[in-house]
Amino acid sequence: MGNLKKAVLASLWFMFLTFPVLVVRVNTIEKTVQWRFMNMIYVGVAAFALSYVWSYLLAKRQLGEARAADGTGGRPSLFGRLLSEPRIYGPFLAVAGLAALAFPAVGSMYQVNILITALIYVVLALGLNIVVGLSGLLVLGYAAFYAVGAYTYALLNHHFGLGFWTVLPIGAGMGALFGILLGTPVLRLRGDYLAIVTLGFGEIIRLVLENWSDFSMGPSGISGIDRPSLFGMQLSVSGSTIYMYYIMIGLMLLTIFLTNRLKNSRIGRAWVALREDEIACQAMGIDKTRTKLTAFALGAAWAGLMGVVFAGKTVFVNPASFTFLESAMILAMVVLGGMGSIVGVVLGALVLILLPEFLRDFALYRMLIFGAAMVLVMVLRPQGLVSGERKVYRFRAAEGSHE
Amino acid sequence: MNKVLSVTSLSMDFGGLRALNEVDLAVRRGEIVALIGPNGAGKTTFFNCITGMYDPTEGEILALTPGGAKVRLNGMKPNKVTEIGLARTFQNIRLFPSMTVLENVMIGRHCRSRAGILGAALRDPRTRREEQAIVDRSYALLTELGLEKSVNEFARNLPYGAQRRLEIARALATEPFLLLLDEPAAGMNPQETMQLKDLVLGIRERYQLSILLIEHDMKMVMSLSDRIFVMEYGQMICEGTPEEVGRDPKVIKAYLGEDHHG
Repeated sequence: MGNLKKAVLASLWFMFLTFPVLVVRVNTIEKTVQWRFMNMIYVGVAAFALSYVWSYLLAKRQLGEARAADGTGGRPSLFGRLLSEPRIYGPFLAVAGLAALAFPAVGSMYQVNILITALIYVVLALGLNIVVGLSGLLVLGYAAFYAVGAYTYALLNHHFGLGFWTVLPIGAGMGALFGILLGTPVLRLRGDYLAIVTLGFGEIIRLVLENWSDFSMGPSGISGIDRPSLFGMQLSVSGSTIYMYYIMIGLMLLTIFLTNRLKNSRIGRAWVALREDEIACQAMGIDKTRTKLTAFALGAAWAGLMGVVFAGKTVFVNPASFTFLESAMILAMVVLGGMGSIVGVVLGALVLILLPEFLRDFALYRMLIFGAAMVLVMVLRPQGLVSGERKVYRFRAAEGSHE
Repeated sequence: MNKVLSVTSLSMDFGGLRALNEVDLAVRRGEIVALIGPNGAGKTTFFNCITGMYDPTEGEILALTPGGAKVRLNGMKPNKVTEIGLARTFQNIRLFPSMTVLENVMIGRHCRSRAGILGAALRDPRTRREEQAIVDRSYALLTELGLEKSVNEFARNLPYGAQRRLEIARALATEPFLLLLDEPAAGMNPQETMQLKDLVLGIRERYQLSILLIEHDMKMVMSLSDRIFVMEYGQMICEGTPEEVGRDPKVIKAYLGEDHHG
């Protein structure tokens, strides 16, 4: 009943607010006033419906929270159940995998390009997930490491003619190096302070690339970078796009495989412990310095790797590709998907890159819908689409052995 | 000497405030020693100095490892102190709330295992063996502390008493020779406190370790400890067996005020 009353009030309020704009129209030529009361009814009905659904969903969420706090836990979310049941997600994964492999044969070049971008962001988000999601170090300058990788390939290719495959590991190494370079001075910082310093670091890298023209050719960037070669052969533009698509599929699978293994390893547990309680973590014998630096280095290594791929894909790099917006987007993917969860982060990245593309039909309203979708997720599922699941160990009672 | 821990004239200043003033304390092998005193006496500061959270201003902290090595702990990092073999719990429970109960204990095994990034990526036989050993050992510890039913639950969902026990299990997982318990019975009812007392005695028996604990529950302290140290205003005012300490006029004054007779 309370919800209903609130919804009525909200709709009245919205009708009042939009009255001057949507209802009254003054025709200055004929000097008449038109009253468009139909608009008022539309606004009223829409506001009522939205407000009612909104409060219903909120109430439902609060109920869930109360149940979780009780310790009764309630049942796991529908999503969680789907993810933990191999019979359900197995066939789904197989179909998705086949579709992904066959896609270049079906889709247009434009669509394949979009998918490559989406895959690059999936890997970037998985890399940032190590730093932000698992270790809890809020880094706002992740695009800097991405830039380091891209410029590593661009410069080495431009000056020394080194190929994609040679630079791929070098780019990852350079990313890791810069991760350690940034990590060392900020070891004592955490939370907001760390975020601000890393934000500054990201801007410094971008500004250096923009202004140090002798080194990076300034804002005009570096063009004519080689696309990856297939056993020494140079491919046509469309051929190399498809090739790049499969490279990215491979790199994404490798990243998922590795981050999944890391997550449930001795190092991964140390990262999570660091996130949960820094003081207790140290008191339990974990070297804070080393653990933080490995997180920085590994997270940045993936950004460096993707930088090389990005440079090889677009054959042109300039500093404008590595702004703060880029870092914020990648962070949004991690937060939206669910910090620390690999499935969640992959979903988050795909949604954030592909949703605006699907919404192109709505042209003007595209960004509005996109923003609304993000707000909705944050209100209804603040822990992200998939919240961090931990590994379940099974024991046969009394024996203490596990499967 | 068989002192596993000897602290001599330890002082700790915070700016102009002297939180600890020339404090002496020693724990012998296999002993349960209690540190008591009114709130704000500096007990937890003392713990923090020993475990490397603070770097003491003056004085010396020496630990004698079971291997026979004498180690100076002043200004050592907390994780190094734990590696040497001193493990602690916290006054206000500090578990890793979003990790499972088992994982919490597995963290304790961190400093006793080696696997690195490469091991995690390749999962070679050595890493797998090590991981299996960590899991087995952690599970065994949990069984011993009666937590084996909730291994896969999140630590934050455990009832209060179980969280306290989990903290002890986690500390034991680091294989300490000296266990430091900061108010382990805080917030427990009398029955739980009695169970805790038996648990602490059992742990000493089973793992052959020494225990230093801060506690406010006098009944537990008196029945559990071999020796008691009393602190007030950052100074050690008394030391002795429970009987001696119970009779000491300075202690009675510190606890009950100036005008108490009897």
